[in-house]
Amino acid sequence: MKRFSPVGLLLSFSLLLLASLAQGQNYITLASTTSTQNSGLFAHILPQFTRVSGIEVRVVAVGTGQALRLARNGDADVLLVHHRPSEERFVADQHGVSRQDVMYNDFLIVGPAQDSAGIQGLRDAVAALKKVAKSSAAFVSRGDDSGTHKKELGLWQSAAVEPGADAGAWYRETGSGMGATLNTASAMNAYALVDRGTWLSFKNKGSLQVMVEGDSRLFNPYGVILVNPQKHPHIKETEGNRFIQWLVSPPGQQAIAAFQINGEALFHPNKR
Amino acid sequence: MIEFSEAFGVAFSLLISLDHELAEIVMLSLSVSLVAVFIAIIVGMPLGAALAIFTFPGRKFIIVGLNSLMGLPPVVVGLVVYILLSRSGPLGVLGLLFTPTAMIIAQVILVLPIIAALTRQIVVELWSEYEEQLRSLGATPWQALPTLLWDGRYSLVTAMLAGFGRAIAEVGAVMIVGGNIDHVTRVMTTAIALEVSKGDLALALGLGGVLIFLSVGVNALAYLINKPASLNNPINKPTLFRSPIKENVR
Amino acid sequence: MTSQSILPLELRAVNFEVQGKRLIKDVSCTFEQNLRSIIIGPNGAGKSLFLRLCHGLLQPVSGQIIWQGGGDRDSARQQAMVFQRPVMLRRSVRANVDYALSIRSVARPEREAIIDEVLQRTGLSRFADYPAHALSYGEQQRLALARVWALKPQILFLDEPTASLDPPATHLVEQIIEAIHVAGTRIVMTTHDLGQARRIADEVLFMHRGRLLEHAPADQFFDKPKNEHARAFLGGELLWWHPKHPLHKPGSKKEICQ
Repeated sequence: MKRFSPVGLLLSFSLLLLASLAQGQNYITLASTTSTQNSGLFAHILPQFTRVSGIEVRVVAVGTGQALRLARNGDADVLLVHHRPSEERFVADQHGVSRQDVMYNDFLIVGPAQDSAGIQGLRDAVAALKKVAKSSAAFVSRGDDSGTHKKELGLWQSAAVEPGADAGAWYRETGSGMGATLNTASAMNAYALVDRGTWLSFKNKGSLQVMVEGDSRLFNPYGVILVNPQKHPHIKETEGNRFIQWLVSPPGQQAIAAFQINGEALFHPNKR
Repeated sequence: MIEFSEAFGVAFSLLISLDHELAEIVMLSLSVSLVAVFIAIIVGMPLGAALAIFTFPGRKFIIVGLNSLMGLPPVVVGLVVYILLSRSGPLGVLGLLFTPTAMIIAQVILVLPIIAALTRQIVVELWSEYEEQLRSLGATPWQALPTLLWDGRYSLVTAMLAGFGRAIAEVGAVMIVGGNIDHVTRVMTTAIALEVSKGDLALALGLGGVLIFLSVGVNALAYLINKPASLNNPINKPTLFRSPIKENVR
Repeated sequence: MTSQSILPLELRAVNFEVQGKRLIKDVSCTFEQNLRSIIIGPNGAGKSLFLRLCHGLLQPVSGQIIWQGGGDRDSARQQAMVFQRPVMLRRSVRANVDYALSIRSVARPEREAIIDEVLQRTGLSRFADYPAHALSYGEQQRLALARVWALKPQILFLDEPTASLDPPATHLVEQIIEAIHVAGTRIVMTTHDLGQARRIADEVLFMHRGRLLEHAPADQFFDKPKNEHARAFLGGELLWWHPKHPLHKPGSKKEICQ
């Protein structure tokens, strides 16, 4: 019997630790996107909110599409995503309560240094994508119903190119997050659409460079929504609202603006 | 290939500096998986032993089912547990989604078939050796069950380790039901997945190194705990023969 | 614990088969109280199966096995068996005996004294706290005897208990069997060792190819076996030790080897 005591000790310790974790009382769950998580924004701003409010923010980072589904199921209190049409439909369908602008940045088209499609320096994203399709240069898509993916599909539509199964081998869908998609693009020397936040913080760029930026169609606004407490009574309305108010208040907006990598801001607050 | 040398350095410095956040992640990984494996043992071992001893209609189907469940895709388990625990799901009222408890539930589902199936295999062999003797002494199958589990304890450690290995290395299920929330449900594997998606391959690989280190540690511990067992092995008899060994007395 | 005996044991036209192959054929016999019966016969005669049928580990396909005595309704509780290769539970010597007692629901306070006694009488006292697996082969067989002795069975079946032991270990085991018998237990035992059969037997059962061919008092059997196969067996076996024995007949040995 004696020999089993270390196991028992470990086990009781584990149970104690888990019990202490389950105790975390004052928190909200935020469903958000991989782009905000991967860029490091949350690690920068959330501790500031917790310090002033005493409310912990637990971030579940998934694609915008999945984040919306999580919120619709009532599995999150607050939603912070970046695909305006979906967000507005979400509110219109009574799943969420009033959407507010929080911040924005922009998308970039990145690609390999040799630039076989010859699009580097273009300001017209749609024209650039047309050239990519025409030269059949490899392009890697998120393919995961995320905000970035939806934006990309919108751009292809404007370019009158129908990517997908019949587009040919040059168009690849990874079906995964922004980081994983960039890893793939980097390994394949392919073009990809990426948000500036993820791009700046991404560490495995390889030969990838910024090809196209500055097009107004590449605008990337983020909105915040409280999940409708009338649909899901367990939603932490007070705490959730407190977080949203902080986010759009001067301290929150300043915190967002102060998040920079190499002197470059990753997100621009909507209100200064 | 720079990553490997870099990763080694990262793993080393992470371990040396006893990085607070890393320690937290490691502890959570260990706690979740240990508790999950413990529950799976409590349920799975008697279940496996019962399948070895008792004969009843449908037993073969259960065995085949159990064996196939050993290869259950974690993502599917994660998805099913998510649907069950979601606020819109049947168990939503419990509010367990995105908690360590949800991760334990998912891991129990993943580990239980492994432990039960391996236990069955071990007990079947032992039972073929023991059956006549135990029946002759008058033991009922219900009495034989704990006897066989106890006498197979040293082999059963392997089943436990196999289960623990699956639990600690699994990422798909805990990612979905845990949500990889910093300080709450972030474990080694989801942390690795996150660093990969940030493109920080060196850090991811370093964390992987720490995970392997952890796994080796647990296995080494099990080996040490299990070591007196080898003295019980007839092969080692000469060294033990007539030497006063005091162990597992009564 | 034992007020009335479950014996005698009667077998009526017992048949046993595995996958349609009859291995025990029409065996009828009676085991009276207080004797030592030795079952002999060539390999494959069905001796071990016969013991297991009597002990209830196997069920006959036809025929009856009846405990005629008025004793314990649950006759299994009054029986025990020692196997050719005893199963040692992976625990201490003492715990092995204790396990058997606990299975027969002997109260915990009573066990201690019983265990001490049987370990002492089998010469295993000083190994009481050793892992059973650490014992030598002969000691393991003695522990198996101690384990059944503790149960104080009315009848003890032994399946070639000394088959893989050397002469000194065999001698010890025979002594213990004798002591168990003296303490009041009916002995039914198989063996290949004719010398052992002569030393122990009160009566002999000769089996051949699944049939019980002769059941006779020991002196009578060894002096004048009635059955010709038994004669051949005794002769053939003796020939291994006495190659020039007059009983040797060329045909007999072939038969035995089948």
